[in-house]
Amino acid sequence: MLVMEKNQLTEEIEVLIKKYGKERSSLIPILQDIQKQHSYISDYAQQEVARLLDIHPVEVFSVISFYAFLNSSPKGRNIVRLCQTITCDLAGKKNVASAIERELGIKFGQTTPDNKITLEYANCLGMCDVGPAMIVNDRVYYKLDPEKAVSIINEIR
Amino acid sequence: MEEKRKGAVLFSDYERGSAIKKLRDLSREDILFELKESKLKGRGGAGFPTSTKWMLTAAAKSDIKYVVCNADEGEPGTFKDRVLLMEYQALIFDGMVIAGYTIGAKNGIVYLRGEYSYLLDSLETYLMKMREDNLLGKNIAGKEGFDFDISIRLGSGAYVCGEETALIESLEGHRGEARNRPPYPVNTGYLGKPTTVNNVETFASVTHIVMKGGEWFCKHGTDKSTGSKLFSISGDCSRPGVYELPWGTTIQELLDIAGAENTKAVQVGGASGICLPKSQFDRKLAYEDAATGGSIMIFNEERDMIHIMNNFMEFFVEESCGQCTPCRIGNAKLLEGVKMLESGEYTFKYINKLKELGQTMQVASKCGLGQSSSNAFLSILENFKDEIFNVRKGGNHGN
Ligand SMILES: Cc1cc2nc3c(=O)[nH]c(=O)nc-3n(C[C@H](O)[C@H](O)[C@H](O)COP(=O)(O)O)c2cc1C
Ligand code: SF4
Ligand code: FES
Repeated sequence: MLVMEKNQLTEEIEVLIKKYGKERSSLIPILQDIQKQHSYISDYAQQEVARLLDIHPVEVFSVISFYAFLNSSPKGRNIVRLCQTITCDLAGKKNVASAIERELGIKFGQTTPDNKITLEYANCLGMCDVGPAMIVNDRVYYKLDPEKAVSIINEIR
Repeated sequence: MEEKRKGAVLFSDYERGSAIKKLRDLSREDILFELKESKLKGRGGAGFPTSTKWMLTAAAKSDIKYVVCNADEGEPGTFKDRVLLMEYQALIFDGMVIAGYTIGAKNGIVYLRGEYSYLLDSLETYLMKMREDNLLGKNIAGKEGFDFDISIRLGSGAYVCGEETALIESLEGHRGEARNRPPYPVNTGYLGKPTTVNNVETFASVTHIVMKGGEWFCKHGTDKSTGSKLFSISGDCSRPGVYELPWGTTIQELLDIAGAENTKAVQVGGASGICLPKSQFDRKLAYEDAATGGSIMIFNEERDMIHIMNNFMEFFVEESCGQCTPCRIGNAKLLEGVKMLESGEYTFKYINKLKELGQTMQVASKCGLGQSSSNAFLSILENFKDEIFNVRKGGNHGN
């Protein structure tokens, strides 16, 4: 990472700490914002958060590793989360998943080579009455079929 | 916007802010009395009496206390809190203000699951409106010294954080690992302060009880399960969705309402609940019979029960926080067992061992996740043994 980038990241984290406070209870909101901005929380970001909150970097890493929506290695700029739980599964999740995989040429769990899209499975999204459902970044899509799912993906490509 | 929902209790008319304004003439004892009369039990699954929880938190000695709304709604097949959060904000937030008043808290926190982050803006906007109308903030509704405000915190994709002590850990900035109890949150909750954690629907029920009284609430439902319940109905039926029905409704009645035909099995209470066969469709949905936080998943004759078991066990293997051995290892072993059933490579001796393991997990696990994660496995094995052991794939497995 370039020195300039590092400085900028430190500044960003300082702003977040002003916003949420220097308490331990601010850790997750701070990490969530970094995640949102950079699509992952780098080693350097983890160290800076730890330093500025006065906790051990291992603590920060341990929290990140616990939560499905926080990650310490880079992901695509857009994250697609398709529900894999039973109601969506029975409503045709598999066909939707295969269609998306074919279209993007990657499997679930992978990121496109241009870093645009990461495909992931998620557990029940609370849309079971209108499944199959998926969340793309912060938007929820439901009543999916293969064609509809692919056209949604193509819009963010 | 959909057409207006109708229901006897929760979906009955309510004018935003009116229960808060009513607090001007009510003491905290008055509210605790009505709650006790109502016999309201928590709607998040565990069914703990709300009046007792609030009484304990009110009695706990501390200048600082917290009201936490559990909007983590992660139980597979549950989406009724989503509907409340989208369409009935007044019921939820007014209920939280009432809780603050009753237990003596100045801060409320909504723990909203990360998957529902798309609701955040509209909820924040609604809270702003409440502040403008003096329904939040200082001297609320003109009542001297009654201050309360609500903030929203997002989850980050962990089912176990719906468990109240894991939720508190998460709020405090830690891994969402359940705590040993006691101490209970009513004494030692968020940041070590007395805290009442309640489900979204519980707060919504309280708001109606404050308006119409505990006696009115008891007119609905059964003797032990008063009031009505929101059921999230999904799966093989023509009219899935959220329905408000009185406790005591039978499974068959509910299937008819949802337009389910050819039903083989009903999963009551989500992945952590139990799977019932046709012969038990006359059972009542109530705390004293088939209890549920509201999740009802319908499976028709075409569905493969082993596939369903497999999906539930995969869920628990992923979502176990890994802190205690019965749950961490137990769920993985049960999943392995399901794979054996699927391939036909099993012995009855081993399957019986797994049943024992499932029962051990129910008593030896540290939190509700591990205590309930074998329910689906055990009940499907018990209630659908014909399909699993005989009919499947020509019927000569395991002999
Ligand atoms: C694994 C697990 C997940 C839970 N998830 C939720 C949830 O999403 N929402 C909820 O209200 N309660 C959930 N609970 C129950 C809570 O621990 C707690 O009992 C509830 O929030 C209390 O509120 P109530 O008394 O109003 O029901 C969960 C429990 C367990 C063991
Ligand atoms: S029962 Fe499971 S989820 Fe609960 S503390 Fe133990 S390992 Fe964690
Ligand atoms: S099962 Fe997919 S949203 Fe609930």
